[in-house]
Amino acid sequence: MIIQLKNPAQPKLAELRQTKLGEMLRQGSLTLTGLAIFVLCWAALAANLQTSLGQFPGPTAVASQFKALVAEHQAEQSREQAFYQRQQERLEKNPNAVSRPYSGRPTFFSQIQTSLRTVLTGFLLASLVAIPTGILIGLSPLSYSAANPLIQLLKPVSPLAWLPLITIVVSASYPADGFFSRSYLVSALTVALCSLWPTLINTIVGVSQVPTDLQNVSKVLRLNWFRHVRAIVLPSAVPMIFTGLRLSLGIAWMVLIAAEMLAQNPGLGKFVWDEFQNGSSDSLARICAAVGVIGLIGLLLDRLMLALQKAISWDKSVQLR
Amino acid sequence: MQKHLELSQVGISFPTPKGPFVALQNVNLSIAKGEIISLIGHSGCGKSTVLNIIAGLLKATEGGVILNHKEVNEPGPERAVVFQHHSLLPWLSVYENVALAVRQVFSGKMNKAQMQEWIEHNLALVQMSHARDKKPAEISGGMKQRVGIARALAMQPQVLLMDEPFGALDALTRAHLQDSVQQIQAELGNTVILITHDVDEAVLLSDRIVMMTNGPAATVGEVLSIDLPRPRDRLALADCPKYNHYRHQVLSFLYEKQRKVEPLPVTPAKNMQETTDVRPQTEARA
Repeated sequence: MIIQLKNPAQPKLAELRQTKLGEMLRQGSLTLTGLAIFVLCWAALAANLQTSLGQFPGPTAVASQFKALVAEHQAEQSREQAFYQRQQERLEKNPNAVSRPYSGRPTFFSQIQTSLRTVLTGFLLASLVAIPTGILIGLSPLSYSAANPLIQLLKPVSPLAWLPLITIVVSASYPADGFFSRSYLVSALTVALCSLWPTLINTIVGVSQVPTDLQNVSKVLRLNWFRHVRAIVLPSAVPMIFTGLRLSLGIAWMVLIAAEMLAQNPGLGKFVWDEFQNGSSDSLARICAAVGVIGLIGLLLDRLMLALQKAISWDKSVQLR
Repeated sequence: MQKHLELSQVGISFPTPKGPFVALQNVNLSIAKGEIISLIGHSGCGKSTVLNIIAGLLKATEGGVILNHKEVNEPGPERAVVFQHHSLLPWLSVYENVALAVRQVFSGKMNKAQMQEWIEHNLALVQMSHARDKKPAEISGGMKQRVGIARALAMQPQVLLMDEPFGALDALTRAHLQDSVQQIQAELGNTVILITHDVDEAVLLSDRIVMMTNGPAATVGEVLSIDLPRPRDRLALADCPKYNHYRHQVLSFLYEKQRKVEPLPVTPAKNMQETTDVRPQTEARA
């Protein structure tokens, strides 16, 4: 049986489709199509929506406000540079002159930095608490039965409900002029308290679900408790722990924005709140720009966690997405 | 017979909502050093339970297991187990899996170089040296089982317990591994207790075949001594009348047992008066 190719150019296209580049192009074009449809719908809706602060911003308004934010940041940078230069000149003329740090307004990008720093602090704190606690709870069915109701009770509490309590505690126990600002501590602690639950629960599940066969291997080898945990339990639980960490990071980022709004930590949350209070004609567009940036950072953080998970995962049968 | 391993009046019952379920009763067995014993019986007759009791993974509710005149009821590396589903740690390489056992058992007694040599020796015994750096997910089922055997042997156990080690493998791989086990046992002279469903495997490998009655309350039905010279070649034995006679005896036990359903000893907690044997009644073939 002779099979004749109708179009000799066709195999090349099929080959291209199957290469990695082809995959990426396909994915990229689908993403762009989705985004384009979204932007068009947004523009259409925004044109018909009048609010007390002016028309609801469409994509062009937001894009121009984003450019304005970048420009403001650059202007602030140059002002800071000029200030330090003048101060340097003064010091050279008179070594006893007073030198002060620059105290300008935080710009959008420095606020992004603050938000990132706060969320990472809160997330690390949450992980440092959740993972060891989860391991200890998961190893013993007794402690699991004791701890589980408490975990289920505390997990659904909204960050906005924790915040007043944390604010009071921090005010009482940390000086107002300490190395960290109180608002930073309050935000980080709220983030930690709300985002530790997925990691804790997933760690407990991962640790308590070590396959019986592997447990039997450990028994036959008479591994002591520490070696058993290190050699058998932890590696077996790592996939679940990472799932928990990934969920926790997502929640941490969401909680951070809310916490910053109320605690007035100079990050993206505060930016949004200030713009809202400001009520100028540009505010809505700037808030939309901030929303876009918040979403983008959340996406990047998740992809980072995914890359980390893929690097550490030993289970080749699971496809991580 | 020198009693290397002895099971004395071993019985086990599990608590269930309907009352205690007696899985094993009055299991008595004496095994000499260097013997290969096969445990054979129908599914659910408690063969794995016996093995787990010897291994210490289950505790007998009656009687005990005595190894070298000392009672054992905890798991330990002197009764190494080869599991039915290899039980290799999937995040460690083949070498590391065996190394885990070696480091645990020989930490004070061997230095690093000696341990490495010992691990490689055991991997060579099962012909897995070429795959020493591969992960379990990258090797076939037969290879995984070989690594499981290497790991068990690396613990230098007094008794090697194998729970249907070749059950999940194809016939060719099974044949290779059966030959390997024979060779290794000839070289090392260790005691082996092997659970199997395969009559041919049992007759080919063992010095004695322990045939268990049907559960519940299973016990040792018959013990058949296999008096065939070693090493045993399966092709040569296929025509051997003695081999076929032994096979016949095992098969008739297994299939006659179906017919001869003995009334079970009535224990106070049980309400059953007769067995519920749902297998079809067939004629025993000559």
